[in-house]
Amino acid sequence: MTRQVYQAVVDGILGGAVYALMAVGLTLIFGVLDIINIAQGILVVVGAYLSYALSVHLHVDLFLGLLVTVPAMFVIGVAIYWAFIRPLRGRERTSMSLLACYAVAIIAEGVLYRVFGPSYVSLQASYITASVRVFGFYLPYIYLYGFVLAVALVALLYALLYRTKFGRSIRATMQNETAARLIGINVNRVAALTFGIGVAVTAAGGMVYGATSGGFNPNSGYDLISRLLAIIILGGLGSIGGALAAGVLMITLESVVDIWSPNWAILVFYAVLVLVLTVRPAGLFGRQAARAQ
Amino acid sequence: MRPQRARFLALGTAAILAAGLAAGCSSSSNSSGGSKSPIVIGASLSLTGDFSTDGQAFQKGYNLWVSEVNRHGGILGRQVKLDVLNDNSSPTQVVTNYQKLITVNHVDLTFGPFSTLLTAPASATAHRYGYAFVEGAGGGGLVFAQKLNNVFDVSLPVANELDPFTAWIKSLPASQRPTTAAYPAADDPFASPQVQLTQSNMQAMGIKTAYSKIFPEEESAYKAPADDVAATGAQMVVLGSADVPTVSAFMSAFEQQHYNPKIFIAAAGPDQGASFTSAVGTANAAGMLVPDAWYGGSPNPLSQTMVKAYVAKYGGTASGINADVAEAYSVGEVVDQAVTHNKSLSNSALISYLHSGVTLQSVQGPVRFNALGENLVATAFIFQWQNAKFVQVLPVGATGSVKIIYPKPNWAG
Repeated sequence: MTRQVYQAVVDGILGGAVYALMAVGLTLIFGVLDIINIAQGILVVVGAYLSYALSVHLHVDLFLGLLVTVPAMFVIGVAIYWAFIRPLRGRERTSMSLLACYAVAIIAEGVLYRVFGPSYVSLQASYITASVRVFGFYLPYIYLYGFVLAVALVALLYALLYRTKFGRSIRATMQNETAARLIGINVNRVAALTFGIGVAVTAAGGMVYGATSGGFNPNSGYDLISRLLAIIILGGLGSIGGALAAGVLMITLESVVDIWSPNWAILVFYAVLVLVLTVRPAGLFGRQAARAQ
Repeated sequence: MRPQRARFLALGTAAILAAGLAAGCSSSSNSSGGSKSPIVIGASLSLTGDFSTDGQAFQKGYNLWVSEVNRHGGILGRQVKLDVLNDNSSPTQVVTNYQKLITVNHVDLTFGPFSTLLTAPASATAHRYGYAFVEGAGGGGLVFAQKLNNVFDVSLPVANELDPFTAWIKSLPASQRPTTAAYPAADDPFASPQVQLTQSNMQAMGIKTAYSKIFPEEESAYKAPADDVAATGAQMVVLGSADVPTVSAFMSAFEQQHYNPKIFIAAAGPDQGASFTSAVGTANAAGMLVPDAWYGGSPNPLSQTMVKAYVAKYGGTASGINADVAEAYSVGEVVDQAVTHNKSLSNSALISYLHSGVTLQSVQGPVRFNALGENLVATAFIFQWQNAKFVQVLPVGATGSVKIIYPKPNWAG
C-alpha cells in the first residue's frame, strides 16, 4: 500500500504539471483581460492536432514541432482576440466574452471535425511509452519531459512579466486598465499580445496532453475545461505559479484517493477547491497577491 | 382606431394559424401519404460529444443502408430518406430530438441512437407515441429493464458478450489458465455489468481477483486505475471500456509500467477498426481481444456485400470498418424485411410482426426477438488483432475462427 501511495504521489506531481501546462494560458488571459476563456479546452486540442499533423505528415519530433506550433497558436490567439474579444465593449464585456469564447469553441470543434474527422488519434513517439526506473518506480519519459517543460514555461512567463518592459505593461494593465491607458500604454495591443501568448503556451499543453491522453478527437476539449477552471481558481485567478502549484496539488490528491476509490477521487478534486476557497477566497496565490508580486 | 387595430390583429392571427395548419397538413401528407413520396426515417445520432466516433460510424451505417436499399428500388416502391438530428451524446437532447422527429417532422419510422445510455430514454419517448424502436447499440440491461414492447435490439445482448471468452478460459488446462485477474470498469451501463458477470464466473473457476473497481468515465480518470492494475501484476485484465480512449490509456500506462498481462480483453474499443489502431498503433494492437457479433471478414454473404459497398463508398479496408457500421446497417435490414412483409408503414403492425417470433437476416447474422426485444439468436464472438488484422478467434472451432494468440505478445514500443 505504501508503495502505491508513493507511486500515486509521483504520478500526481508529474500529471499535475501537464495540467498546469494546459491551464497557464487560461490564467494569464484572465489576469490581464478579465476574460474566462472557456475555449481553452478546445484550444488545447487544437494544439494537440497541430502537433499530430506535423508528426504524421512531416515526421517532425513532437518537442521540435513546438517551434512551429507555438508561433502558429500565437497567431490564432491574436486572431481570436481581434475577431471575437476586442469588439466587446461596456459593462457586460466579461459576461459577453463567455458567449464569444463559447462560439470560438464551437467553431474550432467544427473545423477540427471537418479536417480530421471524428476518429480518435494519439501522438506517437518512442518516449511516450518508454519509462525510466527510479527507486523502483517507472517514470514515463513523456511525463518527465512535460514536467520540465511546464517549469521552464512558467519560469519564462515570469521572466516575461517581471523582467521586461512589455511585462510591466501587462502588469500595469492587470492592476488598472484606465491608469495604464493614461500613462500611454496601448492597452489594446497589450491585450491582443497577451491573448496570443496565452494561446501560444497552450500549444505546449496541447502537445503533452495529446501524448499522455488515451487518444483525442475534436470533442475532447469539453472534458478538460472544468478541470482547468478548477485549477486556475484554486491557484488564484491570474497567478501563473499558482496554476502550477494547484495542478500538482489537485492531481496528486486525486491520484492518492484513487487507490481506495476512483469514483471518490473526482469528488475530492472539487471538494478541495471548495474547502480552500472557504479559507482563502482568492485561491492559493490570490489575484491581489499575484498582482503585487 | 383601436377596434380596427384589433381586427387587423385577429385577422393576422387567423391567417397565420391557417397557414400553419396548411403547412402541417402538407408536411404530414408528404411524409406518409402519397405513394411517390419517400419514406422518411428519423434518427438521433451522436455526431458530436463523447460518442461522436461511434455516432458518426452509425451515420455511415445508416447512410450506406439507405443508398443500398434505394439502389434496389427502395421499400414498397418508395425511396427512403433519413432525417438525422444531432444529440451531442446527451441523454436529454436525444429525448427532445425524437419528440421533434415524431411530432414536428412527422417521420414514418424511427431508428435508434448510439449507446445504451441514450437508447433507454429515447425508446421510452418513441413508446409514448406508439413508434416501433429498432436499434443496434442499446443492448445493455438498462434498456430492457424498462420492459417496453416497442424496443428491438438487432445486436447481441451485452450481458452475454463475454460468454465465449469465459468458456475458453474454462476449457484451458489448469496449468495454462491465468491465476489472477483484474477487473477495472468504467461507470457505464454497457461496460460494467458484463465485466462484473465475468468476474463472478472467473472467481467460480478459482481465478483470484487482484483488482476490481469502477472508475468514472472521464479521460482524466484512467491513468491512476491503470497504474494500480499494473501494480497488481495480474495475469489477465478484463477491462470494462466503452470507447477507444479508455483502452488506449490503459495500454499506454501498462507499457510505461513495463506490465504486459497474458490476456487483455476490453468490452469495447478494439472493435472500432481504424479508429482503434490510429490511437494505439497497429503493432501495439496485437493480441488485444474484444467481444462482438460482427467483423469485417465475416463469411456471412450479407456482410460481404455490405463490406464491398462500404469500401466502394468510403474507402479503407474490411479490418478498418467500425463494428458500429454493421450494427446500424442491421437496423435498416430488419426494418426493411418487416415493412416489406407487412406491406405497410404502420408502427403497430411493425411491432406485432417483430414480436411474432419470425427470424430475420442481417449482416450480423440471424435476428429473432423475445418479449423484451433482445435478439435471442445473436451469436457472441471474440475477436483479436493479429498482424494488423481483426480476426475472429472464439468460440474455438466456429466457422471463421482462427487460432487465438495466447499469451498476448509484448508491447511493440
